[in-house]
Amino acid sequence: MSNSKKYLREEIIRISGVNPKKCMRCGKCSATCPAYDEMEYHPHQFVYMVENGNIEPLLESESLYRCLTCFACVERCPRSVEPAKLVEAVRLAAVRKQGNNRMTANDVPELIDDETPQQLIVSAFRKYTK
Amino acid sequence: MKFSYFPGCTLKNKAKDLDIYARKCAEVLGVTLEEIENWQCCGGVFTTAKDEVATKLSSVRILKDAQKNNLDLVTVCSACHNVVKQTNYAMQNDAEFASKVNRYMAEDEYNGETKIYHYLELIRDVIGYDKVKECVVNPLAGKKIAAYYGCLLLRPNSVMRMDDPENPTIIEDLIKALGATPVVYSYRNECCGGYVRMESPELAVKKSNTVIESAKKAGAEVIVTACPLCKYNLEKSGCDIPVVYLTELLAEALGVKEDTNE
Ligand code: SF4
Ligand code: SF4
Repeated sequence: MSNSKKYLREEIIRISGVNPKKCMRCGKCSATCPAYDEMEYHPHQFVYMVENGNIEPLLESESLYRCLTCFACVERCPRSVEPAKLVEAVRLAAVRKQGNNRMTANDVPELIDDETPQQLIVSAFRKYTK
Repeated sequence: MKFSYFPGCTLKNKAKDLDIYARKCAEVLGVTLEEIENWQCCGGVFTTAKDEVATKLSSVRILKDAQKNNLDLVTVCSACHNVVKQTNYAMQNDAEFASKVNRYMAEDEYNGETKIYHYLELIRDVIGYDKVKECVVNPLAGKKIAAYYGCLLLRPNSVMRMDDPENPTIIEDLIKALGATPVVYSYRNECCGGYVRMESPELAVKKSNTVIESAKKAGAEVIVTACPLCKYNLEKSGCDIPVVYLTELLAEALGVKEDTNE
């Protein structure tokens, strides 16, 4: 593994607090994931790709923005791996890069209506913007 | 009995019924909710990354204020509850994170001392369902009500500790106390699509419809929730049965519901 790959891997593991080595590859996280059909990489793939330092494809993937943060994979993983925390850490690594904000305040008026709860706007900002 | 109370920004705006009836019903049930002063938005979602500090400061300030008032904290909105409770857990269990946070705090340190109750827990653990039954003047007899938990109230259970995350009863028990009939269905603790509504409404519609269909198939006439985003997502997905806040339902049964449409 190259040094830069190793560094990124350590960084993702550190900020997520997840130990991907605990995973026994049962696939339960992906089986329960409500965003499974929309994801190119599924929760269990996040786990082993981070473990192998194969993070670049994840950083580029739309899957980062399909995860609903529903914590189903966290709750139902028999090994307490907490895959959602890895998805979140990789997503942050992506949006923290300069110019990589997914959404700006200017986009918001187009996306909301009279009933949109404030909760939706602030949550989306937490997810898509740094 | 007095509690510190954090309503959150949606409850001051698009979800006023969730807030107004929470207070009114609490009074009927003998509890005063004292709003935290100068609170700020919790941010809507808890960022699990350990190095995210600034985004969690507003939650810590809310918790710290309750501590200063010497009161336990009550929340109603599922999202606020999830964010504040997860933040409190991190303050208790992640010393490095807590020390970073405490560097922003003007006065004393905070290390997760405040006890937090969701409104549902306040009813179950402090007020009691028997007291609720005593106060019901307008029993919702015969109404078939589906409790929609979604994700935020129950998960992650290692932190939330509200109920069995796969087979909860806390909302159903309240529905029974109000004289109505709870409808149990398989998607009651699955996600409505949450914030992806903003970017991918079609995904949110798909997820919400699965929940609605599941509830209707089980015979639901009404869906009850504590989350403004769940309500919005279900309604925007063309739900043809009413989706109401749990505090509205409670207010109806306790006889303090009035028309607040503004
Ligand atoms: S948190 Fe994300 S990855 Fe995990 S089950 Fe939910 S949508 Fe899937
Ligand atoms: S559920 Fe847990 S152990 Fe199973 S594949 Fe997913 S992360 Fe690995």
